[in-house]
Amino acid sequence: MMFTGMFNEACSAMGANRLRTALTMLGMIIGVGAVVLMMSIGQGAQIAVKESIDSMGSNLFVVASGSATASGVRSGSGSTPTLTTADAEAIGELPGIAASSPIHTGMAQLVYGPLNWNTRIFGVTPNYLDVRSWPIAAGDNFTESDLRSATRVALIGQSTAENLFAEEDPVGKTLRIGQAPYQILGVLARKGQSLEGSDQDDVLIVPLTTAQRQIFGSPFQGSIRSILVRAEQAEIMPQLEIAIVDLLRQRHRLREGQENDFSVRDLTAIAESAAETTRIMSMLLGAIASVSLVVGGIGIMNIMLVSVTERTREIGIRMAVGAREIDVLTQFLLEAILISIAGCLIGLALGVGSAVLVHIYTAVPVIVSGSSGIVAFIVAAAIGIFFGFYPAQKAARLDPIEALRYQ
Amino acid sequence: MRDTPVIAIRNLYKDYPTPAGAFPALKGVSLTVYPGEFVAVMGPSGSGKSTFMNILGCLDRPTSGDYELNGQNTAHLDKNATAKLRGQTLGFVFQGFNLLPRMNLEDNVSLPLVYSDVPKSKRRKRARQLLEKVGLVRYAASLPSRISGGQQQRVAIARALINRPSLILADEPTGNLDSHTSQEIMALFTNLNREGITIILVTHESEIAIHARRLVRFRDGVIVQDAPTRQASAKVKP
Repeated sequence: MMFTGMFNEACSAMGANRLRTALTMLGMIIGVGAVVLMMSIGQGAQIAVKESIDSMGSNLFVVASGSATASGVRSGSGSTPTLTTADAEAIGELPGIAASSPIHTGMAQLVYGPLNWNTRIFGVTPNYLDVRSWPIAAGDNFTESDLRSATRVALIGQSTAENLFAEEDPVGKTLRIGQAPYQILGVLARKGQSLEGSDQDDVLIVPLTTAQRQIFGSPFQGSIRSILVRAEQAEIMPQLEIAIVDLLRQRHRLREGQENDFSVRDLTAIAESAAETTRIMSMLLGAIASVSLVVGGIGIMNIMLVSVTERTREIGIRMAVGAREIDVLTQFLLEAILISIAGCLIGLALGVGSAVLVHIYTAVPVIVSGSSGIVAFIVAAAIGIFFGFYPAQKAARLDPIEALRYQ
Repeated sequence: MRDTPVIAIRNLYKDYPTPAGAFPALKGVSLTVYPGEFVAVMGPSGSGKSTFMNILGCLDRPTSGDYELNGQNTAHLDKNATAKLRGQTLGFVFQGFNLLPRMNLEDNVSLPLVYSDVPKSKRRKRARQLLEKVGLVRYAASLPSRISGGQQQRVAIARALINRPSLILADEPTGNLDSHTSQEIMALFTNLNREGITIILVTHESEIAIHARRLVRFRDGVIVQDAPTRQASAKVKP
């Protein structure tokens, strides 16, 4: 039997009971729609995590100073300034380190004209931008000489600039912290959200010495809160972590058995575990959605079985006029596959549509990839074949005499 | 001498398994039918004539015995080959017409051609020719439910003829029709037979059987009478 003929027959059989065909398709529509939607959301989440990992910078360590204990109250890491600028310089000398910068940080109120804004201040060395792989959008970085003389200059993050300067170009403008004026040398490129969801662009970067002496007035000259270190390669990070710990224990003259008065954290490992979590989450979403696909397939099988029983006489007539088993088999199989694929296409459209709606109304990042469409299509065809085969075989194996006698 | 017989049956047995053991439906039937014959098969219910027709139609297989169709022994044919025989060598006419309700008459008539891979344009042409022959070409695009029973049976006969079969098997073709329509159908069969088509027809009614030229009577799984109709009709009992 020729294919076009079978195709037309399958279509007319589907058209003969439209409501039933539509309801059967609905199972596939919901299944495919759910898979596409869940995959879109999962992939969107993965991309979002990857972007924030990339924006943080790669192969990073944070070395933080230790905790202080006063009258039994432990203040948490970074509360005692055990790290010094000299420690940062020594770490920078270690082999395998691409760049490092000490950080002294705190909050301050910025004022420009009638506007004011509370933001985080980072006191760092000029190569901090190199450590974070953070380009400057406009203007220039501050220099080593600014660092030596604790000049009142600053680089401004995009969000801070928007809040203080609105439409104005901040480069060359002067803002105030307290009574002191600070000149804006440059505007940083946009970084976006960090992994924790905080705005990395809501920041003001000043020379380390400026932060220590002018803004926060540290009681210990040369002490810092933390050091950000970038390794040359991801592979050497475990050895490098040991090297940093050894170096600092030596410099801080810690004896055997004494606890570290600092901590070293591998930010990449944290980022990777975040990426792994989203990956598992999106797989889980996909797995749950594919359950509904299987349920849809069972719906097809159910209806095809009913259809075979109803059309027993028709099958008998077809066999009497020369239909072979394979003709009857392909006829019913084709019908199941057509229902499945039609449901799949509608489900695909619905899934993509709802993914776009989710994106518009909830701002959840969503990626609709062509591959998920292809996968859904192949899966739908496979489900049509798998769940359509048993009913089709049942039809093909009918005894023509019994089938003709069937009322 | 004469042509190859359309049907040559020798010593046919058919047993049906029942819980009480094998039930013999046919007990040694032999029959030869030559091209152009018009045979009526009669017999009471349970006499084995339906079983016989099913075997003739390659819908069932005998337990033992030989069945040659156009000189070809059917015992060793697989399912696909018997399906091909049904579609191309045989034509079936049923009591209940058995048209597909969702298809228009033209598609119903051309259905056997679909399974012999005849292209669509040729199928249409042939179906229209046969609808013309049975006088129903004006209903070609209608569904079977729109026409009367007698008309449906004529469509079914057109369907049986479409592959130019060597043999038409008609199983009580007038069983669902009134006597007037029955006569019309029988006139159609008679005309077809005059054109040279071999027909085997099962019936209960002697006024139907009278249209055939040869009468075969079954009883308890064997043939008890096989004679030309004119001769046999004298002994036909109501």
